[in-house]
This record gives sequence, structure tokens and C-alpha cells, in this order.
Amino acid sequence: MALLEVKDLKVRVEEREILHGLTLTVNEGEVHAIMGPNGSGKSTLSHVIAGKPGYEVTDGQILFKGEDLLEMSPDERAAKGVFLAFQYPVEIPGVATMTFLRTALNAQRKARGESEYSTPDFLKKVREVSKSLNIPQDMLKRGVNVGFSGGEKKRNEVLQMALFEPSLCILDEMDSGLDIDALRIAADGVNALRSPKRAMVVITHYQRLLNYIVPDVVHVMSKGRVVKSGGKELALELEASGYAQFEDAA
Amino acid sequence: MPAVQETVERVKRIDVDQYRYGFETLIDSEKAPKGLSEEIVKFISQKKNEPAWMLQWRLEAYRRWLTMQEPTWARVDYPKIDFQDLYYYAAPKPKKTVTSLDEIDPEILKTYEKLGIPLREVAMLEGVEPKVGEDDPARRKIAVDAVFDSVSVATTFKAELKKAGVIFMPISEAIREHPELVQKYLGSVVPTSDNFYATLNSAVFSDGSFVYVPPGVRCPMELSTYFRINERNTGQFERTLIIADKGSYVSYLEGCTAPQRDENQLHAAVVELVAHDDAEIKYSTVQNWYPGNSEGKGGIYNFVTKRGDCRGDRSKISWTQVETGSAITWKYPSCILRGDNSSGEFYSIAISNGFQQVDSGTKMIHLGKNTSSRIISKGIAAGKSQNTYRGLVTAHRKATGARNFTACDSLLIGDKCGAHTVPYIEAKNSSATFEHEATTSKISEDVLFYCIQRGLSQEEAVGLVVNGFVKDVLQQLPMEFAVEAQKLISISLEGSVG
Ligand SMILES: Nc1ncnc2c1ncn2[C@@H]1O[C@H](COP(=O)(O)OP(=O)(O)OP(=O)(O)O)[C@@H](O)[C@H]1O
Ligand SMILES: [Mg+2]
Repeated sequence: MALLEVKDLKVRVEEREILHGLTLTVNEGEVHAIMGPNGSGKSTLSHVIAGKPGYEVTDGQILFKGEDLLEMSPDERAAKGVFLAFQYPVEIPGVATMTFLRTALNAQRKARGESEYSTPDFLKKVREVSKSLNIPQDMLKRGVNVGFSGGEKKRNEVLQMALFEPSLCILDEMDSGLDIDALRIAADGVNALRSPKRAMVVITHYQRLLNYIVPDVVHVMSKGRVVKSGGKELALELEASGYAQFEDAA
Repeated sequence: MPAVQETVERVKRIDVDQYRYGFETLIDSEKAPKGLSEEIVKFISQKKNEPAWMLQWRLEAYRRWLTMQEPTWARVDYPKIDFQDLYYYAAPKPKKTVTSLDEIDPEILKTYEKLGIPLREVAMLEGVEPKVGEDDPARRKIAVDAVFDSVSVATTFKAELKKAGVIFMPISEAIREHPELVQKYLGSVVPTSDNFYATLNSAVFSDGSFVYVPPGVRCPMELSTYFRINERNTGQFERTLIIADKGSYVSYLEGCTAPQRDENQLHAAVVELVAHDDAEIKYSTVQNWYPGNSEGKGGIYNFVTKRGDCRGDRSKISWTQVETGSAITWKYPSCILRGDNSSGEFYSIAISNGFQQVDSGTKMIHLGKNTSSRIISKGIAAGKSQNTYRGLVTAHRKATGARNFTACDSLLIGDKCGAHTVPYIEAKNSSATFEHEATTSKISEDVLFYCIQRGLSQEEAVGLVVNGFVKDVLQQLPMEFAVEAQKLISISLEGSVG
């Protein structure tokens, strides 16, 4: 069943059209990779799906579990299971990571009409997940992403993903800034979340990540459109020949 | 004839006995007539059964006040106050000690609930004590003095405090029971001639709290006062006096609330702190006076003079304030660092939303040798509000080795508000080291979106980010109040975005 359907999406930012009619369908259980040159609109797509303000959708639609996603506020989308691991996770000084995790998780649960986690249950869950991601407990006492290294910030995104158990995970350049070991740990974390009910959209510039997180479908984006889709071999092809061949298609 | 005029005329017409009688009727209604005059000052004094010296003190202040001008230097803007169009005394109930919750106005209980002051503190008015061996800090005993309009209605744990030698009572009672202490200290930090509002307060103050901690005593519990304005058109003028004798320690917290009213209401309090050798006073405020409605109508004018005198060597005074209410705030809790090696601290969170105007800060006056002071101010402006930090740090010629550290951070939410920093620094000797840091930033859309993407609503996100911004100051509050203050901060920012 289709989890996410993006149909002929046109998006403007400050009077300039960035997405020029983008179509993409992601089914439950699938992992999709999106590759494409800098500035082709990958992050823009992820922001529009998550509902970031400042983007004007001029045409097309986005359905999530058959519902009109564009009608929902961004926090509603989160509660419904849309998760975006940011390319550049922000710092929130003075807000302990642990407090943040708990506030967010309970906000989502409340929106879904579920009961809040009890403190022991919550702590147990965080401990389990952070351990598997090699995140020391001390880090969780610090302000959200404050003083975290680039790799730690990315791991913190995966931690939240594991904790919130969303049904759609969009990972925007999760691999940038990660060393080889960190990449493996993060990818393992992502793989552990693969499930028949969950779908992932992995945005990356490097085929290497796809060795760890093996996609079902690879899309090539150029100038605000998906210009080619294929199996995991497409990524290898791109690695060898670059994006030049798609410039014209777009 | 306008009510004020009528009162003046009536007072003129009657002789002393009739005058008393006239006011007797008024005593039934528990309200002095509108307006300010020597008669009103006498009425208040009489109502409190004050000794002659106290009345004299008030009258001198009143006469002085008549010669003074309202200050205009603060960055606040409001229509001229008609001081004759206010009530200067109102007692909602006959004064008595509240012994059970039932005797407290349910409206007041509700207000506490909304403010987030948990009912357990109110329950303490009942004298309900925590179980022995209970070490949960949230269950720590807190002695409460509750002031509604102009009258103190209840002070709890008096007996237990008395055992420790601590005097904690309404100042009206202290004037009668401990005249030697009151006479010695009242006006010794904020003289009657200090400023327009303080002088007005000296003339008409009706109640407030009095604390005396004897030498070497560590006050066994937090002391707390709740101020509440209920009556319409009533000015509230509390007077608080806290004395920490040699080597003693006391932590005091005040909370303030007022109902919603279309008219502006005046609040002009004076707080004086005196710390002798090696004594320490920690004074915390959670101020949530009614800020006015979304169009800027109504709200409290909060013109307050708070000053601490580090009179003794190695004494310490620390002000912590969380200011979220009032239409206008004009407030500069200060420290006079008179004793050698004394120190002063000012930790402040000032939040303005809607049409609120805040002009607040501190003064650190270094007079003694090796005195130190620390100022951490966090200003948050949202809506169409204006938020000004105004701070003065001075070192006297003899204050060698004086040190100050000031950090002023402002956070703007939206683009219709303003934050301003006005520091005055004067060092009259070359050995003083003053450091000043200031930042102003806008709340980041990216940070808010990050939080919202993780499931927080816009308002929850703002609350979370702001609480993070003010964390250093929140940590200075007694723990049980830090949690409440945190909630209050989120509430006061509702509707600040979008
Ligand atoms: N807020 C904005 N204002 C103006 N232009 C914007 C804005 N956001 C994105 N753009 C433009 O939209 C285009 C697509 O940007 P986007 O960040 O989506 O690219 P990307 O594919 O994620 O690139 P990269 O691989 O470098 O991360 C770029 O030309 C960018 O400059
Ligand atoms: Mg990008």
C-alpha cells in the first residue's frame, strides 16, 4: 500500500519555483534513496513533506496514508508518523536532550490519544536505544545538540527516530560528517527500524551509504524533478558517470 | 460632584469625632474613600492602630510626596495617573487568622491554582505539616503570609518560627509588637524621600511582611508571601522589611497576582533588606500581575522599589525575579555593597508579551572593599511589547578591588517587539574590574521548526526554547518554585507567535 504519494508537486520559495512538478510514490516497507546534485531540491522536498513554513505549494498534492498531508500542521504530521532527520540539526541551548526527548514523545502520544510514558518506562526505552547507537548517557544530559560533534548530532537524529517509531522516516544526508564507524552504527540503527509497515526516504550524495542501507528504489533528482528511478544499481551507475547525463532530461 | 471631590468636601465639613464616625461606617465597608489626603493617611494609620511615631513618619512622607514629580526617564509610556482617583485602602474581609482552607476566598484559591502555586502551599495555611522524615524537597515546609488587597490575612508556622527566634509577621503587627526593630530599620534602606513611588508608599502603605532573623540563625523554612490585588481602582502599597542579623540566613519568596480588570491598577511596593555581618538573604519573586488584555487594556502598573543593604562585612544579598505580568513594570532591585567583602546578585527573567512594557534591571553600588556583584538578566520580548534592561554598576572611590560581572541576553519573538539594554557603568577607582556582556537574538525559526517536527505545538516549542534560554536564572529559584515558574513562562507566552 502507498504510504506517501507526492503528485506533480510544484513549490515556490520567495517567488522562485524550486520544485517543478515532482512525483514520487513510496510504499509501506520500502526504502527509497534520492540522489541528485546540490541545489536540485532534495531538502526542499523533505521540508515540504514535514511542513516547514516558508514554502508555497502552488500545485499538486501530497497524500500520507491516503490523507491530505498539506492540510495538516507540522506537529500533526509528526504525531501521524512523519519524521525528518535534518541535514543540519539545530542546537537548543538550556534544554537537556533527555527533557526534549520526553517532551516530544509525550506530545506525540498525547496528540494520538495515547497515555504518556511513565518515567521508568521512558528511561528504560531511552537507555536501550541510546546504547545500541553508542550514545553515552552523559550526552543526553547536555542541551540538545549543544557542543555535539557533527557525527553526534546525526546519531541523535537516529536516536529520536528510533524512539518515536515513525512510519515514514526521511533522512536528509544522514551520512554527511560521519566517520566510517559512526556511519556503520547509524546505518545499523536505521536498518533495525526497517519493517513492513515503515518506509524510508534516504537522501544522499554517496553510494557508500547505500551499501549499508540497501534501497529498494533509487531516484535521481535534478532541477526540481525526479528524472530517473530504478533499482539499487542506479546508484552505482551514478557514482561512475555523475549527474551530467540527467541535466538535459530536466 | 466627582467622588474624590465629594470626599474632600466631606472631610472638610466634619469635626474630628464626626470624622471618626464617618470613617467607622467606612470601616464596615472596609474601604477608605477615594483619593489621597492627610486624612486618608491618618485613616490608614488609625485603622492599623499605629503608634504616633508611625503616623508622623507617614505624614512626613506624604508632605514630601506632594512636592515630588513622577519620574519620566524610564522607557515606558502610559497615560497620566490621577492619584486622587484611587482607593488607598481596601480590606476585603475583617482581618483574622485563617485557620482552614474554607475560610479563604475560593477565587483566591483558584488564582493560586492558575498561577501554578500548588494547593499544598495553600493547605499550609491550614497548618498541615508534612510527615516527619519526608525529605522530598517539594514537601519542604514553607511559611506563608498572604496579603489580599491591603491586608495580611494569614501567616502560617508562626509558632515554629518563633521557636527558632525568627519573627515573620505582617508589618502592621510588627509596628505594634516590635516597634524598636521597625523604627530602627524602616526607611533605613529606602528613605522616605527616595523616589516618587517609594515616598507615596511610605505615606500610605497598609501591609506587607516583616522578617527578623536573629544572629546565627538559619531560618528553618522558606518564607513566602502572596500578594493579591482584588478590589477595583485600588492601589496596592505593600511594605516589606527583612533583617538578617549577624551570621543568619533567610530565603524569601513573593508571588503576585491580580484579577482581570479593564482599568489599570497601581501597585507601588517598597522592599527593604538589611544583611549584617556574614548574613545572607535570598529574595525571589514570581510576579504575575494581570498584564492587560490583548488590546493593551487594563493591567497593573507595577512601580516598585526594592533595595538590599549589605550592611555588614561578608554579607550577601541575592535577588532572583521572574517577571511575567503587569502592563508596566518599573523595577530595579538593587544592592548596596557597604560591608567589605560583601556580595550582591541579581538574576532576572523578564518576559513581555502583548502590549506590556518592562523597564527593569538592577543597581549594584560598590562601597566596601573587595565587594563583588553578579548580574544575569534574561529579557524576552514577544507580541508588541517593549523590554528594557537598565542597569547601574558603580564603584566608589574607596571600593578597591570591586568586581562585577554582567550578562544581559535578550530574545525577541516576532518582529513587532523591542528589546533594549541600557547599562550605566562608573568606576571611581582603578582597581575595579567590571565585565559586561550583552546579546540580542531573535528566536530561530529553524529551532522552532525542529521542535515542531518532533511533535511539539508552536506554543510548546516557544515555551521550551524560552525555558532553555532562561535556565541559568531558573536554577537560582528554590526548586519547588522553579517548576512553577517554568509553567508560568510558557503560559505567559501563549499567543506570542503565529
Ligand atoms: N529559503 C530559501 N530561499 C531561497 N532559496 C532557497 C531557499 N531554500 C532553498 N532555496 C533554493 O532552492 C534550491 C534547492 O535547495 P535544496 O536545499 O532543496 O537543495 P538540495 O538538493 O537539498 O541541495 P544539497 O545537496 O546541497 O543539500 C537551491 O537553489 C536553494 O538555493
Ligand atoms: Mg539538502
